[in-house]
Amino acid sequence: MSNNPPLSVIGHALPKVDAMQKVTGETRYADDLFLPRMLYGKLLRSVYPHARILHIDTSRAEKLPGVCAVITGKDLPIKFGIMPSTQDEEALCVDKVRFVGDPVAAVAAIDEETAERALDLIDVEYEPLAPVMSIRDALDETLPQIHAYADHHNIHKFVSLEFGDIEAGFQAAEYVREDTFFYEGDTHLPMEQHAALAQYSSDEKLTLWSSTQTPHYVHRALEKTLQIPRARIRVIAAPVGGGFGGKTDPFSHEIVASKLSMLTGRPVKITLTREEVFYTHRGRHPVLMWVKSGVRRDGQITALHFKTMLDGGAYGSYGIASTYYTGALQTVTYKIPAYKFEGLRVFTNKPPCGPKRGHGTPQPRFGLEVHLDKIAHDLGLDPAEMRRKYVVDDGTKTVNHLTITSCGLRECIDRVVEASGWKDRKAAGGKQQAETLPLATRHSSLRKGLGLACSSYLSGAGLPIYWNDLPHSGVIVKVDRGGGVAVFCGSTDIGQGSDSLLAYIAAEEFGLKPADIKVFTADTDLTPVDLGSYSSRVTVMTGNACIQATRSVKQKILQAAAEKLLVPAESLVMRNGIVICEDDENRKLSFVEAVNLAEAKFGTLSGTGSYKPPKRAGPYKGSGVGPSPSYSYSACVAAVSVDTETGVVTVDKLWLAHDGGRAINPLLVIGQAEGSAYMGVGEALMEESAFRKGMHKIPSMLDYKSPTTLDTPDIQTILVETLDPEGPYGAKEAGQGPLLPVPPAIANAVFDAVGVRIDEVPITPDKVLKALEEKAKGKEARVGPKDFPNAKYPEPIKVEPPENAPRLEIRA
Amino acid sequence: MKQILRLRVNGQDHEVYVPVHKTLLEVLREDLNLTGTKHGCELGECGTCTVLVDGEPVLSCLALPIELQEREITTVEGLADGAAPHPLQTAFAELGAAQCGYCTPGVLLTSKALLDRHPHPSRDEIKHALAGNLCRCTGYAKIYEAIERAANEPK
Repeated sequence: MSNNPPLSVIGHALPKVDAMQKVTGETRYADDLFLPRMLYGKLLRSVYPHARILHIDTSRAEKLPGVCAVITGKDLPIKFGIMPSTQDEEALCVDKVRFVGDPVAAVAAIDEETAERALDLIDVEYEPLAPVMSIRDALDETLPQIHAYADHHNIHKFVSLEFGDIEAGFQAAEYVREDTFFYEGDTHLPMEQHAALAQYSSDEKLTLWSSTQTPHYVHRALEKTLQIPRARIRVIAAPVGGGFGGKTDPFSHEIVASKLSMLTGRPVKITLTREEVFYTHRGRHPVLMWVKSGVRRDGQITALHFKTMLDGGAYGSYGIASTYYTGALQTVTYKIPAYKFEGLRVFTNKPPCGPKRGHGTPQPRFGLEVHLDKIAHDLGLDPAEMRRKYVVDDGTKTVNHLTITSCGLRECIDRVVEASGWKDRKAAGGKQQAETLPLATRHSSLRKGLGLACSSYLSGAGLPIYWNDLPHSGVIVKVDRGGGVAVFCGSTDIGQGSDSLLAYIAAEEFGLKPADIKVFTADTDLTPVDLGSYSSRVTVMTGNACIQATRSVKQKILQAAAEKLLVPAESLVMRNGIVICEDDENRKLSFVEAVNLAEAKFGTLSGTGSYKPPKRAGPYKGSGVGPSPSYSYSACVAAVSVDTETGVVTVDKLWLAHDGGRAINPLLVIGQAEGSAYMGVGEALMEESAFRKGMHKIPSMLDYKSPTTLDTPDIQTILVETLDPEGPYGAKEAGQGPLLPVPPAIANAVFDAVGVRIDEVPITPDKVLKALEEKAKGKEARVGPKDFPNAKYPEPIKVEPPENAPRLEIRA
Repeated sequence: MKQILRLRVNGQDHEVYVPVHKTLLEVLREDLNLTGTKHGCELGECGTCTVLVDGEPVLSCLALPIELQEREITTVEGLADGAAPHPLQTAFAELGAAQCGYCTPGVLLTSKALLDRHPHPSRDEIKHALAGNLCRCTGYAKIYEAIERAANEPK
């Protein structure tokens, strides 16, 4: 096995291994499964945002013909939650409901209509409590407390960290600027509604098929809430019809379907309606931000102080991690010698927020990149030049102890600057646009602008959700005497192509075609644990585990072949279905012959691989959020047209450069970048999870605006392939990072076009018009939060930066 | 009230005994086991459940089978010609136009209706034809490329 063999699968644009099933309708998603004697389950949900449950009477529902079981919180009293420290959810609420949509009772019936009728026959008596509906409400201690375990009243979590000498940093600054921003919450809106099918069989074993991104964590939650040993529970993640982070928590409906199946002895399926999906949520946290930075006249940052307030909704979910994430990755793009972060997350009586694509980082990235654009404007610097000059270096650590293994950000900036004609536009003097930009119309009210922003994201979280010392990803490879290769892994394909990744790697290593490889995934009975499809971890973690597993089998096959061919094993390679001696091409065996020799020599052929990220967390509490094997980098230029009469912003084009390391399949990497960019456009311009009197204002796909074909711009993706030392074949992440620069690039382009700052997303026409009116009146041409509320963040934990972190240069 | 309905789906005649208010989406999935047709909202908002009725795209979540007897209904299972996939299916698979794949059946059928009417549509015509089919994964770009490639396949 030489170190740099030519690659026949990796790096090539190939179809996904499951692509034909998806285009023929053969793929069976969770709701496509029907079992004999199956019942339909439905959840009764709270109509109050905040209330005590005084009494539940299910007797009328139980008497309805066709109803097989009715349960309430008393039947499932054990709390659960994704994070070990915030086990605050009940599958069905016991004493209290905390948002409109909180489940309080459930039924199983012979069909959906009967189940729905039964819900109407359940009588719940509530005592309404005053609802807490915003961050500012949550800071008001006269309103009732939502959870007793919060850090302080309705403040779920405080974080306060300081790295390096922040005061010295601000003193060394030649220019200091403060800004406030707001990033509205939004939701994943996967096309597939969540569904779960549970079957408790006569052998006292439970099987759950679910549209989940994290079967391992669901497995654990079922064990806890149902009090059955995990050894008797099998969780199978059906192919997921879109996740984006929305299917990474264990959910009430999964636990309830299981319980109903245990009670009835029949399979039970629960499929959420679209409205229920909106209330189940776990979407992007609304975040209020305050940022202050000190810079030199050339834009070099001397100190950064960032504060966040997250509106967490009714439960913990991933919220503690989300809070840390709003402060963790500011440091991995540009050199920052001193950094202070203060964050807090509040509970409110709204659907719980959680991880959405970018998890906690798109909001601060929006704030930081718009803030830097303002600084560039104030100092008369080119925003691209200012950024590229102080990009972090490979092989260094950041001030908050994050390790940069490879960084292609400078090249990303250069490539989007070049592709977008950024400099020509500058040379032409301000508003003059490159001729190539598609003009929407010739309306005189249209103004055009270009904006730039950069970002970075993790290739997988360095630590698991619950503390353990076990591998994050495991792979088993089995090779049979017919030449069949089967790969087993707990990873979950949510459309990103993780099943294909396993096939590509096995095919590459064995010199076969991806179509020759059989992949079995996301089944807790059959496959070794993989923690799930979240935090952009799968390519790096399962990829490395798969390389290790395949190579352990490969070594046996090569050894057996070498003995037969009378050559050293090191001289043999596998390619095109044969094992061949590189020094003497007459000495060769077919893959099948070699496999048979190996099985005769070693017995049944299989190999395992395990991956654990390097331990690199810094020496402070909270350092577990942020470390990753590697970081991806992105830069984006957005071209927009702003209609000064209607306030409508149209994104004409996006240029997006992404350093995702080696593209294991460029077709899929570009697909991830395009999908991320699209979702970034939606967040920037239209998507919002807004509430009124406790109710979701727009829990339907018609009213929750998401970009259609007519709203989505042309996206030009440029891949910058650094070869990262930690990644399989040098790969990093691609699924989340490319979203991050898009909203700030669009906001910066709006400023370039019409000279107004919209310091909150979504950038809707009313906000643009309001800012234009303010500008016309000679007032501050800006719409955004007017102030940042007072909150007593605790004294920061002061952390010494690592040795090779950026240092404050003392200039004479 | 239940009634016997005669439906012609993918060239095959079926008799189903179903409540008359059951939607075409439900009958296809639950009574005919044609689960290739998906649902995203069941309110006619997302385009996921699109099928063809006499060659025209129809949202099956809003269509009642009782009104569609004697009509030619095509679902994703009826796109292929026997074992040979439709050129759109091959192009979607090869160019990465299906990520999670959940919106794909509806997008494919809308695309087929477009190509049957305009064998060589412009990019703009494709965008307008697909404006009622939401996709959350792809950003639509690979979908356009796949339709354009299928349109340029020799028939």
